[in-house]
Amino acid sequence: MARDMKHIDVEEIKDLGWDELIPGAALFSFKEPVEDVVEVPMEERPYAPTNSHEWQVGDWRVEKPVFNRDLCIDCQFCWVFCPDISILSRDKKMIGVIYEHCKGCGICVEVCPTNPKSLLMFPEHMDNEEALKQWPQKEEKKKD
Amino acid sequence: MAKRMELNEVEVWDGNMAAAQALRQADVDIVAAYPITPSTPIVQNYSKFLADGYVDGDFIMVESEHSAMSGCVAASAAGVRAATATSSQGFALMVEVLYQASGMRLPIVLTVVNRALAAPLNVNGDHSDMYLGRDAGWINLCSYNPQEAYDLTLMAFRIGEDLRVRLPVMVHQDGFLCSHTAQNVRPLQDEEAREFVGEFKPVNSMLDVANPVTHGVQTEEDWHFEHKARQHHDLMNSVPVIKEVFAEFKERTGREYDLVYKYKMDDADVAIVALGTTVESARVAADRMREQGIKAGVVSFRVLRPFPFNEIVEALGDVKAIAAMDRSAPGGTFGMLFNEISAALMAKGKHPVVLNYIYGLGGRDTTIQMLEEVYKQLDECAKAGEAKYPLQQFIGLRGPKLSFY
Repeated sequence: MARDMKHIDVEEIKDLGWDELIPGAALFSFKEPVEDVVEVPMEERPYAPTNSHEWQVGDWRVEKPVFNRDLCIDCQFCWVFCPDISILSRDKKMIGVIYEHCKGCGICVEVCPTNPKSLLMFPEHMDNEEALKQWPQKEEKKKD
Repeated sequence: MAKRMELNEVEVWDGNMAAAQALRQADVDIVAAYPITPSTPIVQNYSKFLADGYVDGDFIMVESEHSAMSGCVAASAAGVRAATATSSQGFALMVEVLYQASGMRLPIVLTVVNRALAAPLNVNGDHSDMYLGRDAGWINLCSYNPQEAYDLTLMAFRIGEDLRVRLPVMVHQDGFLCSHTAQNVRPLQDEEAREFVGEFKPVNSMLDVANPVTHGVQTEEDWHFEHKARQHHDLMNSVPVIKEVFAEFKERTGREYDLVYKYKMDDADVAIVALGTTVESARVAADRMREQGIKAGVVSFRVLRPFPFNEIVEALGDVKAIAAMDRSAPGGTFGMLFNEISAALMAKGKHPVVLNYIYGLGGRDTTIQMLEEVYKQLDECAKAGEAKYPLQQFIGLRGPKLSFY
């Protein structure tokens, strides 16, 4: 019999036998039906244990985006362009990067319009406080 | 609502029309197709039915067979009934997606009009496309004439969509010899066919937006093996469902199907095992041999996958010599039928003489006379109690005799 994969304990998943799997390896997002999901904030969604939201999926990142609150203008470009769900923003206010899910692709840094940028890539092993200390100065416009 | 098509008690349909009518009556929601000889008329007829209001679904014209099967996979995962048709090179291009369909457990129906694989390019019938796809995890049903192509296509939906199965199903028919040969076909009326096939039952449908589901996931060494095991288990256990559907179909139509097809096997000393239209030719040859005092019979697979291990051995009974006739280039070994039949017999402790005949490649005619010759060779072997000929022979071939092993 296939197990109830919507409500299974995360720890139990690794011990499932072939006979307990959902045929076709279908994975459910939520434990319960969610109507009009765009209106439900991430922290209130009933994520099922098979949803990647519940798993650490950023562990192969080699460079990370670091966020500098002092420079950010809350334009939401990074939130819009992030191909994952790794930019946390609430009420149009940028809060930071969710490192559990960020793969380090750098798109948020690329689209950041401030000068200097409010998001920059740093080596994975560097502390964010150290990264903020190394933040570059504003680039002067070149005069022709 | 689709219009009802008034059908005669007996229609004159070729295999392509028979399959197309079965798809129409099954109320398929999505047919995604790319035409290829000799299966083109299946989807051509189907699109005409659609244009004339006899179908309540959609026809998606795609740019290749890879996309045709991909469209069916998407439609089936979305939660609707999907089907298509192909042959040969188109089948070969679909192969990658055939494995996706079965691994994702999507009950798609594929009507395959069997044709040779290039090179050299050839549009005529042999079984090399069927053999190419036999490990793809689909249920494989084999027909020998247009009536059976019609019946099995209708039954394919019931079998694949059963909640105990949920696997895709191929229905094979021979290119031209079946697909383009008009014969009497006794169809069900539309409402009878619809009632038999039933409503499509979505499982983990992607269109159920309140319950989002991911299909086509990635697993590595951690889960792949368990999923393939489950898939194989469910394919092997589709047999009772196939039997149930065959039995219900017999109740409705009087037409009987079984996992293995037998002709005059009760007292047979020698038997031909073949697939497709050759089965019907072999029946005629067997009758002629019986006039000459040789007890000849014919055995074929109605269900090639899952492999009917017990039933094939039982059907062959105590025959003394068997011709395993493979209509596909064997590619450096024995033909598939020889390998699988020999293995099944050996596992059951039976040791008749088994000879492998490679025949009919690229649509080469297989005459009754050639099959009589095969029976005569088998008769010699049966009487001698040993193989008096090479284990693998090419027959109907120009030039010096070609044989191996």
